[in-house]
Amino acid sequence: MLQYIASRVLWLVPTIGAMALVTFLVMHATPGSPLDPVAEGANPLSPEAQKNLAAIYGLDKPLPQQFLIFLGKAVRGDFGKSFVYKTRTVMEILVETFPISLLLGSMALALAIAGGLALGILAAVYQNRMWDYVSVSLATVGVAIPNFVLAVFFIILFSFVIPLFPTGGWDSPRNWVLPTVTLALAPMGIIARFTRASMLEVIRADYTLTARAKGLGERPVIFKHALKNAFIPVVTLLGPMFAAVGTGSFFVESIFRVPGMGRFFVLSMTGRDYPMIMAVVLTYGAFLAVMNLVVDLLYGALDPRIRY
Amino acid sequence: MALSTPASGTDAGALAAAAARPTVRGTSLWRDGVRRLLRNRLAMAGGVVIVLLCLIAIFADVLAPLPYTKTNFGRLNEPPSHDYPLGTDALGRDMFSRMIYGARVSMLVGLGAQVIVVLIGVPIGALSGFLGGRVDLALTRFVDVMYAFPRLLFVILVMSMLGAGLLNIFIAIGLTGWVGIARQTRAQVLAIKEKEFVDAARALGVGFGRLLTRHVLPNALTPIVVSVTFGIPEAIFTEAALSFIGVGINPPTPSWGQMVGEGQQYIRSYWHLCVFPSIAIAITMLSFTFFGDGVRDALDPKMK
Repeated sequence: MLQYIASRVLWLVPTIGAMALVTFLVMHATPGSPLDPVAEGANPLSPEAQKNLAAIYGLDKPLPQQFLIFLGKAVRGDFGKSFVYKTRTVMEILVETFPISLLLGSMALALAIAGGLALGILAAVYQNRMWDYVSVSLATVGVAIPNFVLAVFFIILFSFVIPLFPTGGWDSPRNWVLPTVTLALAPMGIIARFTRASMLEVIRADYTLTARAKGLGERPVIFKHALKNAFIPVVTLLGPMFAAVGTGSFFVESIFRVPGMGRFFVLSMTGRDYPMIMAVVLTYGAFLAVMNLVVDLLYGALDPRIRY
Repeated sequence: MALSTPASGTDAGALAAAAARPTVRGTSLWRDGVRRLLRNRLAMAGGVVIVLLCLIAIFADVLAPLPYTKTNFGRLNEPPSHDYPLGTDALGRDMFSRMIYGARVSMLVGLGAQVIVVLIGVPIGALSGFLGGRVDLALTRFVDVMYAFPRLLFVILVMSMLGAGLLNIFIAIGLTGWVGIARQTRAQVLAIKEKEFVDAARALGVGFGRLLTRHVLPNALTPIVVSVTFGIPEAIFTEAALSFIGVGINPPTPSWGQMVGEGQQYIRSYWHLCVFPSIAIAITMLSFTFFGDGVRDALDPKMK
């Protein structure tokens, strides 16, 4: 077991390294350069000025060397200065914005898990009755409709028609409600669908029948016997869930004006802010890789049949 | 042994093998599937909407009352009225016409990107599963790395580097989308290549290419079809998301995602700018999801 954990943790290093390399290659293999922006209205720079700037930011060195320098610094937590926000280091920006994204993501994920499990259990227990249809349609809507479209509907409904929540911002917990719900709906739908299918299977299993036969009431049968077993396959979903919440947050953050990391994701890419792109991609990527690892270990801990 | 068999004998054997197994069983499976699909009301409703959307996309030039670039600076950001059924945008362009042309982009991306995804993913997955050994190991490692990358993140990265445009959207979705289908094809091929009828065909001297394309792949088709039907709404979503953040379709070509992205900034003053395209995206995505669910249930009742 310990050996398994150790080898998985060690595997994180090449995985994140490969992500860094792919991102680096995509950035540099495509036409254009941060010194010579293709954007309309950009200031044309004289060749000398371009050369000076390249020397300052280390862009004049050969690519393999640039990549190694980046790796060496990144390991020590130094991602360099942002090309766009010239007065701040990338690390300063991340330290300020990542906790906000993390808070939003955690709240959304908690809501998704709680809501998804509740909907899934209700649907399975009342199969082919009203609750089943309600939860299945809610799940389908959450899965099918993009979150930025849901956000538009929510703002119209809950900010304009029934003015309950503000349209954006992040100052008070009242501002947190709409972004969290919007971000949570897609993973909630996936969890609900999965829980329903998994519960239906477990409810028909022999040991559930045994539990009923020995005279247990509906509640202990569902929560003690069925849910425990139905939960195991749902745990495997948590890895992709983290990815969905992470990438979903760019859109939700930009619509609800949340000052998180998501905003920098798109801005840095369109602005060819190399240090910022690398930092944002790697933060997301490393976070996801670690979470996948945690989920895998959790899976083993929950299901005693699994041995590493 | 294959060398000593006369060429005509090999062909006849292959034909006999092909006629004996996959075709007969295949037809009945497909016919069964279509019957189950036709009985699924929700899926059929989705299918009807999809056909309508395709017709709108094809006949956009005839259906749209105005060209999508036609501006009217006297009437900016107007709410729906008799002249403009869905209002006008910030440049005084007819929202209704732009919505109609927007269907064209969505359908083109949804269907076109899947063609690319299948053309890349299926051969790679099939070869990987069929050849095994070192080729398989290298391909699965590569697929695993690609799979670990959050997909939308990679697509946005590729798009912002290549620049906006329809062709680049195809490239970006094609580059990333094939991974899932390759994985699925590989798993299928791995299972099927151990079956007796493949051994039989091989014993009869069927060549490598023919064995793969005529005997193995047709039997691996069901999950591929299911994966394609779910890939279409995913591609439509990707295009909408890319255009929403401004790295998708180049203006002035209208795209629903782009209209939502531009319109949501003025949601307080001009609600119609983002609400109508949002509804269009929602309806399209739901229709494809219902249809996809129906196709999956019809072809593979066990997968539900």
